[in-house]
Amino acid sequence: MLFFLSFVVFLIGLYCVVIRKNLLKMVMGIVIMEYAVNFFLILLGYRMGGVAPIVTEEAKVAKFVDPLPQAMVLTAIVISIATLAFIVAICIRIYQRYHTFDVTEIRRLKG
Amino acid sequence: MNIIPLFIGLPLGAAFVLALLGKAKEVISDVLINLVTFLLAILSVVLLTFLKDNGIFVYTMGKWFPPKGINLVLDGLSVLMLVVINWIAFFATLYSVSYMRRFTAKAKFYSLFALMLAGMNGVVLTGDFFNLFVFLEIASIASYALVAFGVEAEELEAAFKYMVMSSVASILVLFSVGLLYGLTGSLNMADIGGIIQGKKNLLLSFSLVLFLAGFGLKAAIVPFHAWLPDAHPSAPAPISAMLSGVLIKALGIYTIMRVFFNVYGMNLQLSWVFMILGIVSMVAGGILALRQRDFKRLLAYSSISQIGYIMIGLGCGNYWGLLGALFHLFNHATFKSLLFLNSGAVEYSTGTRKLEEMGGLSKVMPVTGATSTIGSLSISGIPPFNGFWSKLFIIIGLVQAERFTLAVLTVLVSVLTLAYYLKVQRFAFFGTLKERWSKIKEVPGIMCASMIILAVVCIGTGVLFYPLMKVVLEPAVAVLQEGTKYSALILGG
Repeated sequence: MLFFLSFVVFLIGLYCVVIRKNLLKMVMGIVIMEYAVNFFLILLGYRMGGVAPIVTEEAKVAKFVDPLPQAMVLTAIVISIATLAFIVAICIRIYQRYHTFDVTEIRRLKG
Repeated sequence: MNIIPLFIGLPLGAAFVLALLGKAKEVISDVLINLVTFLLAILSVVLLTFLKDNGIFVYTMGKWFPPKGINLVLDGLSVLMLVVINWIAFFATLYSVSYMRRFTAKAKFYSLFALMLAGMNGVVLTGDFFNLFVFLEIASIASYALVAFGVEAEELEAAFKYMVMSSVASILVLFSVGLLYGLTGSLNMADIGGIIQGKKNLLLSFSLVLFLAGFGLKAAIVPFHAWLPDAHPSAPAPISAMLSGVLIKALGIYTIMRVFFNVYGMNLQLSWVFMILGIVSMVAGGILALRQRDFKRLLAYSSISQIGYIMIGLGCGNYWGLLGALFHLFNHATFKSLLFLNSGAVEYSTGTRKLEEMGGLSKVMPVTGATSTIGSLSISGIPPFNGFWSKLFIIIGLVQAERFTLAVLTVLVSVLTLAYYLKVQRFAFFGTLKERWSKIKEVPGIMCASMIILAVVCIGTGVLFYPLMKVVLEPAVAVLQEGTKYSALILGG
């Protein structure tokens, strides 16, 4: 059920990227998609009633959650922050040149 | 062979050193980056000879053995890509020494260039899906910044378009990696390949579709091509040469080959999908290129068309088709880089990219004129240049697979290619020299040098295609033909 929810969030993000005309809203769409995928990865590693995967005396018998997707999500978050910072910087420069955030007015390239 | 991590470490280290060199003299960064790319180009040839003697080699990072640890895999296909990437990178940096004087912040340019190089080398070497994603993103983010390097209005627009599409592609790839992890509990390509063999599963097919869309976006195959004709012409010329010549192949075509041939395994439906995508890209790219008036934009559309050839060759699936596809990949890297460097040289001297405004440039720029003629003839498949052989192999492959209609279409698109490159030659280099261009000079010697070397490579691989085929291409074809035995080869060895 939660997996399905993450897919729905993913589709909302995709919708946002494809349909919206404002540059910043497109950027938000990308961020929503990234969050949906991160959410999905975290869910993959989740075990019902699991504990943090650190070996201690009392945790030896307990179920661990899978740590690998968590490490993957951390990496993915770092990458997405780099992308986000750069894409917002590009948006600011575009605004300085075109004085608009509307993609339908930013079309000097064609052919 | 413990020099394999150098392909990632050396450019990555150079990128950080170069970023610190912002205030230092330009000469230092020029020398440093050229030294690094030249060293890597030489090392790639060393690896080629090593592979020939010793066979497939798996490097385990930090002695964590696969499937738990991350491994770097050196096989025929990786080494082919390494040779292409690092040599083209060397020519591009050599060219940048003069060309990039027009821009400020040359050291930062080199730094981004080195990051992109590290990302691409990582993509072709890694044997781990998540690692593949990370390197994919390193190369992509560096390339976004390089496309926007001039910070003019058009460049920013192109960079934004490219970034949005390419970020979506990366997210699709990550989603698919997550799905595969959920299904198999592993991230190692060889391990996953072994586990999913012979299984049929809806989610598995879904992950396959996500990979095809993600890597297809990176490779600019036709339904996903919209970003390429904007992004590639907007970048500075050496970067256009890298993007069109190498990046779309390393991030798109190579990953498609590795994932579909070695992990999922080819089947008839997939080969049809490849062929249909290929034929659509080939025809659409060619027709759109014909009506372009901007030199670099025409070259960008031509890239889409040539990527279509590679996809068709892969779709054939038999020996000649695969050989043709890989040979065309190699050739396209050489002549498309050469043509983009030519367009950069024309822009450097005349300041324009519009074909109508040029004319008779051969008289004042003999080196650029001659090398661009060689590049144009190669890409249109005129014997004895290298493009002829690769197209011939693809057509032989298609005939063997009994796809005669596709073979005829391939020949027709080749004629179309000749048509639009003749247009370039006719408008830009032949004809009468216009009054306003009579004072311009040939570009500096170092730019000429890298163009001449690439032109010589075009002729050389055309004439001596047989040894190249035996030494470089056949091991790569063998990797693709082994298909899903990849898993056993990596984990067993």
